[in-house]
Amino acid sequence: MTPLRISIAAAIAAVILLLVILELIRSRRLQERYALLWLLTGLVIFVLAIWRGLLGRLSDLVGIAYPPSALFVLAAFFVLLVLLHYSTVISKLSDQNRILAQRLALLEQQLERSREDSRDL
Amino acid sequence: MTPEQATSSAAPRGAQRPPRLRELAIVPAHNEEGSVASVVRELRAEEPGFEIVVIDDGSTDRTAAIAEAEGVEVIRLPFNLGIGGAVQTGYQYARDNGFDVAVQVDGDGQHDPREIGRLLEPLLEGRADMVVGTRFATGGGYRGTRLRRVGIHLFAAIVSLLVRARVTDTTSGFRAANRKTISLFAIDYPHDYPEVEATVLAVRHGLRMVEVPVQMRVRETGSSSITALRSVYYMVKVLLALFIGLFRRYSTPLEEP
Repeated sequence: MTPLRISIAAAIAAVILLLVILELIRSRRLQERYALLWLLTGLVIFVLAIWRGLLGRLSDLVGIAYPPSALFVLAAFFVLLVLLHYSTVISKLSDQNRILAQRLALLEQQLERSREDSRDL
Repeated sequence: MTPEQATSSAAPRGAQRPPRLRELAIVPAHNEEGSVASVVRELRAEEPGFEIVVIDDGSTDRTAAIAEAEGVEVIRLPFNLGIGGAVQTGYQYARDNGFDVAVQVDGDGQHDPREIGRLLEPLLEGRADMVVGTRFATGGGYRGTRLRRVGIHLFAAIVSLLVRARVTDTTSGFRAANRKTISLFAIDYPHDYPEVEATVLAVRHGLRMVEVPVQMRVRETGSSSITALRSVYYMVKVLLALFIGLFRRYSTPLEEP
């Protein structure tokens, strides 16, 4: 069984994480779409922290002798998911950034040419 | 800013009103090459007073070229922003060019331009700042997946609670806005799936929203952007946004001079 103090500490940490995420959304520093995975992470850690029986069964299932380790592994797994998600987001952003730069450069060139044309007239 | 604003504000109250309001139809279109031309033609036939702007939301087909061939203004977004970003671009265009009224009409043809008159009535009578065309008050005419229908009714119940008025169709994108609403949406409009949040946003900013029953059509071509898995994401995301919205402070948008 998980030591009670570990459960309490993990639950408090999860609640703090959730509150920070919600405040970031409220103050518009985090968009909902990028917050969902974080919220799921906080919720899963919170549920497993207070539902000690479930954490015990889960660790039995995968052969982890010390249940708090299972909590740790799970948290690491979710962090991995969030990182992977961000990698896809960065890829998309860098694509869009390239397209913006290209469009801007083409526009500048067009503007310059039409300025020269109107000077010639 | 624009001459239109200057003249309308200079005119004494109740005296000569501006001869005609400047009206804009915002047509967001993402890969709608099969329907955008007929939407534009129908708009022209039904509402000749309207200027039309097509927002091409990063289409990979010939949507933008076809719209340009119809002779309307086309704004090409460099990549797909989603319906929220596309529609907001339309409201920014309306604000920057001094339009008095803006109506959203989907590029897929599901919104019937013949209903625009009915949509405008509450705006012109000064009873509303935003008018939403709703599918349900007419009874029937709309079919969709069960999940979609459940979602629509769930949001209707929640939004009705939040805005303290009966709202039947929060996901309808068939809307009309006056200057106040245009200036709000130009600076603040939700991302992704914006309709539900936009309704709450407008009301919480002190704008008056009115629903008007309209007949909608089945999509002409293409497919709905909302699939089964996306529906779940959609619901969670919008519910989260509505919940967080409760804790945000809102100010009323700037009064027109």
